[in-house]
Amino acid sequence: MRFLLVEDNEDLAQSVAARLRLDGHAVDRAATLGEAGDCLAAAPYDLILLDISLPDGDGRDFLAGQRRARSDTPVIVMTARSAVSDRIDVLDLGADDYVTKPFDFAELEARCRAVLRRRGGAGQPVQTLAGLSFSPTTATIEIAGETRDLRNRELRLLEILISAPGRIFSKTQLCDRLFSYAESVTDNAIEVYVGRLRRKLEGSGTRIETVRGVGYRLTAE
Amino acid sequence: MSRPPGSLRRRLIWQLLALAAVLSLVMYLSIRAVARQAAEAGQDAVLGAAVFAIVEDLRGGPDGVEIDLPYDAFSMLGSVSQDRVFYRIDVSGETATGYGDLPMPGGAAGAAAPVFETVPFRDTDLRVAALASSVLVDRRAVPVVVALGQTRQGQEVIAARTAARAASLGLGFFALAAALALLTAGSALRPVDRLAAAVRRRGPRDLRPVDHPTPRELRPLVLALDGLITRLRTTLDRTETLIAEAAHHIRTPLATVRARAEIALRQAETPEAREALRRVIRAVEESARSASQILDHATVIHRSERRVDEPVDLSALVGRVATAMAATAELRDVTLAAAPVAPGLVTRGDAVLLESALRNLVDNAVKYSEAEGEVTLTLGATGREAEITITDRGRGLSGADAARLADRFRRGPNVGDVIGSGLGLTIVGEVAAAHGGRFAMEEREGGGTCARLWLPLG
Repeated sequence: MRFLLVEDNEDLAQSVAARLRLDGHAVDRAATLGEAGDCLAAAPYDLILLDISLPDGDGRDFLAGQRRARSDTPVIVMTARSAVSDRIDVLDLGADDYVTKPFDFAELEARCRAVLRRRGGAGQPVQTLAGLSFSPTTATIEIAGETRDLRNRELRLLEILISAPGRIFSKTQLCDRLFSYAESVTDNAIEVYVGRLRRKLEGSGTRIETVRGVGYRLTAE
Repeated sequence: MSRPPGSLRRRLIWQLLALAAVLSLVMYLSIRAVARQAAEAGQDAVLGAAVFAIVEDLRGGPDGVEIDLPYDAFSMLGSVSQDRVFYRIDVSGETATGYGDLPMPGGAAGAAAPVFETVPFRDTDLRVAALASSVLVDRRAVPVVVALGQTRQGQEVIAARTAARAASLGLGFFALAAALALLTAGSALRPVDRLAAAVRRRGPRDLRPVDHPTPRELRPLVLALDGLITRLRTTLDRTETLIAEAAHHIRTPLATVRARAEIALRQAETPEAREALRRVIRAVEESARSASQILDHATVIHRSERRVDEPVDLSALVGRVATAMAATAELRDVTLAAAPVAPGLVTRGDAVLLESALRNLVDNAVKYSEAEGEVTLTLGATGREAEITITDRGRGLSGADAARLADRFRRGPNVGDVIGSGLGLTIVGEVAAAHGGRFAMEEREGGGTCARLWLPLG
């Protein structure tokens, strides 16, 4: 996904951008509302991550301005405030969702996905491999005309594996993407989800191979 | 002032009544004194004239002084009243005729005009007029003194009559003054009542200065009130700003730490490093959650004091919370189901606080559920109360006293490694209490927890 990150705290912006890039997202940074406007004029974004207090104005005014200008790029507000009133406030102004700093990146991703799904998944391509077609935004796979729903972790597992078919991902790598770091899980917890996803992929011409002592990979017959 | 303040109105009325009583009494006494004086002056005039007439009629004759009491003089006296009359005529210092024991007013001997005096005589008081003169007998001036006394019954009657009139006049005056005192007290204190009513009518969030028109004497009170309101508003605003700033300054660096730690974790080579970074992330998560809950708690207390009283559509609120928490649930592969809710259930209160309470309950349910678990959110009504339930199949309460879990920083014995602050249920309990509602939690049959929140329907 292509993000526009509007955040004036240099340190935070840099680390959030780096963290999102680790998950394979493209991130542009804007430190002011002015820069954000320039970015939006230059390129389309899947999602805007918007801070509230910026040096040249209030993020809420920017949000309201965007909505007035009929720009419907989804916006997730990053708030540092505690009062719930703030949160309701930004939703009323047209934000799609909000996250409270410090945010769990797994949760941020889940929220982004939920937002895009609510928006109807526009611009989100369906990925195909052999007899499998995978639609991440609707969390479904289609095999031989039959649609199957994926649970969140199955979805993310498939997302990672299908991003590079044939490549081996270690249990650790997969765990990092599937679980929040705040949860205490062992790397073996991944086996449960691999087993489930395998069953759902049956008949698709793709399968998840175990590479003993290394990890897993998705292959097409 | 050590006396209890009591009632301003009563004090004003008492003082006005006391003043009226004193004035009535003074009026009564002066009328009576003036009347008495007037009656006395009338008697004196008659007595004086009579004594003159007697002196005029004294003649020198061959046997000395001839005394011929003029009838006119006595009829003049008799016309005034039924009072008895006494006289005494001294010639050369000897009583020639009349009552020898009639007291002679002092100083009468040398005076050219009658001298008057009130003297006791026998069983009564007399008003006596005395006039000295001289009569020529054999070309020799013989000194004579004529004293004429009259009892004062007629005067007493007049005085009593006047006093009775003065008394009824005084009472009437007092009654009128009392009525006016009541009216005055009422009208003098009306601005105070109006001011009190104007202040009482203000809404709970109305912290504007008092702009009610008030008399000059009440200005100091209104100014003091305005000062208090201003200080209160400043304090409330400052608290709000402080909460927001504290949140900002705590959360922003935490967010940076968290992102950096996650990046470092991705790049970590050894299991030891990974474990250490995981601990860092958990610690960040823990402090962030505690900070957030402490600040939320402060917000809840702060907002409860403001007593916002607006209609809150519970059906919409439940829907909103279910949508907002869906991603959190999904992240843990927990299904969050909001049973179709009855529309139009409305309570009165603060939507922000109610949402905060609901989020805390749903967050708890999701947090303590196993992956693939289900959390159900329902809204119903029983009688005059709305009932919101949040049920899960999580680890339950494991016998913990549900009521005590609402204590600050108290967590159940079975929370394990789930991160929490111990303030979530405190917030829920306080929000419920602030809305006149109730909150309870119980273990479910077959495992899990059921949290219930009852709110009065508005």
